[in-house]
Order: sequence, then structure tokens, then C-alpha cells
Amino acid sequence: MGEAINLELLLHRALAPVEPPERLASQLAATLQSITDMAAEELEGWELASMRDPRNWVRPAAALVVGTAAGGALVLLRARQRHRDRPASSIGELRDRAAETAQDFADEARRLLDSR
Amino acid sequence: MIEPTGSAKAQLDAKFSELYKAHLRDVYSYSFYRVGNHHDAEDLTEQTFLQAYRHFERALRESDGRPLRPWLIRIAHNLAANLYRDRARRPQSPLDESAPIAAAHTTEELVAGRDELKRVLEGVELLPDDRREALIMRFALGMDNREIARALGRTDGATKVLIHRAIKQLESLVAMGEAD
Repeated sequence: MGEAINLELLLHRALAPVEPPERLASQLAATLQSITDMAAEELEGWELASMRDPRNWVRPAAALVVGTAAGGALVLLRARQRHRDRPASSIGELRDRAAETAQDFADEARRLLDSR
Repeated sequence: MIEPTGSAKAQLDAKFSELYKAHLRDVYSYSFYRVGNHHDAEDLTEQTFLQAYRHFERALRESDGRPLRPWLIRIAHNLAANLYRDRARRPQSPLDESAPIAAAHTTEELVAGRDELKRVLEGVELLPDDRREALIMRFALGMDNREIARALGRTDGATKVLIHRAIKQLESLVAMGEAD
């Protein structure tokens, strides 16, 4: 047991912590700082560049188109359902329904724009 | 992943700076005893902190308040393993004899204990990788079993057994060296 304790003491001495060279600390700090700066600049640069590049407009534009199409389809469905419930019997009534549907489109468009 | 905002990023960088200051010596010591020379130890230390910086936010989130030293040492451990794989070799020369021992002891102690310490270091070099690493973490870094277990990805129990076996094997190696 005594030998084991001795060996542990020897291990403590043999494997003493090693001080890093001073220049390593400053070198590493400088590297990390430059990475942080570069990352911030890159992010800013990317944001500006992405808005200038029309290829990056496709996604938001596609989202707008999809959203609008979905809204339009919903209006038509509502109109058809309403018209099935009460069939038109005159030209005047057809005109009223066209006006209702146009109003629905306008409301839907307003709702979509408000939600953006 | 949610990108941190400006002030959150500054806080994160400040925390990383604390971590780096607190554990630079640990990572360097581990690297030195692992690769056996100052040049590679500096490279390994730098790479370890650069990698740690990239994953710091996630590590902080997942650590749940536990110390991050085992995580740092695990990064160094993995990078050192890659270094050996790339070079397909173990350290080419034994540990630089000049630095750690000379730094920690007086001349008289060196003269008296040099042979003994040399035998111990040679024995450590002959141990299987996992046993050698466990001893480096325990004695050079002062890590407890739990920290070593986390760094090596083992259970506390398995780590205790690993260290026990490492010391037993080292005893035999040193005894054999004395007999020669």
C-alpha cells in the first residue's frame, strides 16, 4: 500500500501541470477576436448582399404568391358554397353575387396584407 | 438554430473568455503529455479552443450548469486521436524532458528524484492509451473520477476501475524498470 501511495506522489511530481507559453495566450485571444469580428462582418455583409441579389427575393415572393393563391382559393370556395345554398334566379341577383365575391377577394387581400 | 442577438453574443463571448482563461493551462498540460512536445501541444491547444468556440453555445445549453472542463478535454482528446491517425504514429520522441519536470522542481530534487521520475514517465508512456489518458487527467489536471468519466465518455464505475488498473500496471512497469 505504501508503494502505491509513493507511486501516486511520484505521478503528481512527474505529471506536474505545464504552463503554456505566454505568447500562446495572446495568440489565441487574437485569433478568437478576429473570428468574432469576421463573423459579425460576414453576417452584416450577407444580409445586405442578400437583399441586393434578386435571386434571394424568390423565397419571400414565392411565399407571398402561395399565401395569396391559398387566400383566393378560399374565397372562391366560400362563394361556390354560398351560391349552391341559394341558386341565382335573375341577372340582378347574378350581379349581386359577383359583387359579393369581389368584396370577399378584397377582404381576403386586406387580411393577407395585414398579417405580413 | 436561433442566432444569438448582439448583446447575447457579447455575453457568450465573455463567458467563453472566462472558460478559456480558467482552462488554458489544463488543455495545454493535457496536450503536452498527450503529444509529447511543445510544438504540437500548442497546435492542439489552439485547435481545441477554436473548436470549443464553435460549439460553445450548445455546450453551455446542454451542460446544465455542470463544469465544462471535461468537455474541453474531450475535444482535445478527439483532436489528438485525429492527429495520430493523420500521422499514423505515436509521439516520435518521449516527453520533452526539459519542460514539465524542470519547471516544477528544484535542482536538488531533480538530481535526487530524476531517475525515479524518469522511470514513472517511461512507464506512463508504455500504458495503453485509455489508461495513460486517465492518469494524465487525474495527476496533471487534478480531475476527479466523475470529470474523467465525462471526458472519456465512460461511467464513473468504469473510470474508477480504469484508474486502478492503470496504477497497478504502472507499478509493475516501474518495478520492472528498477530491476533492470
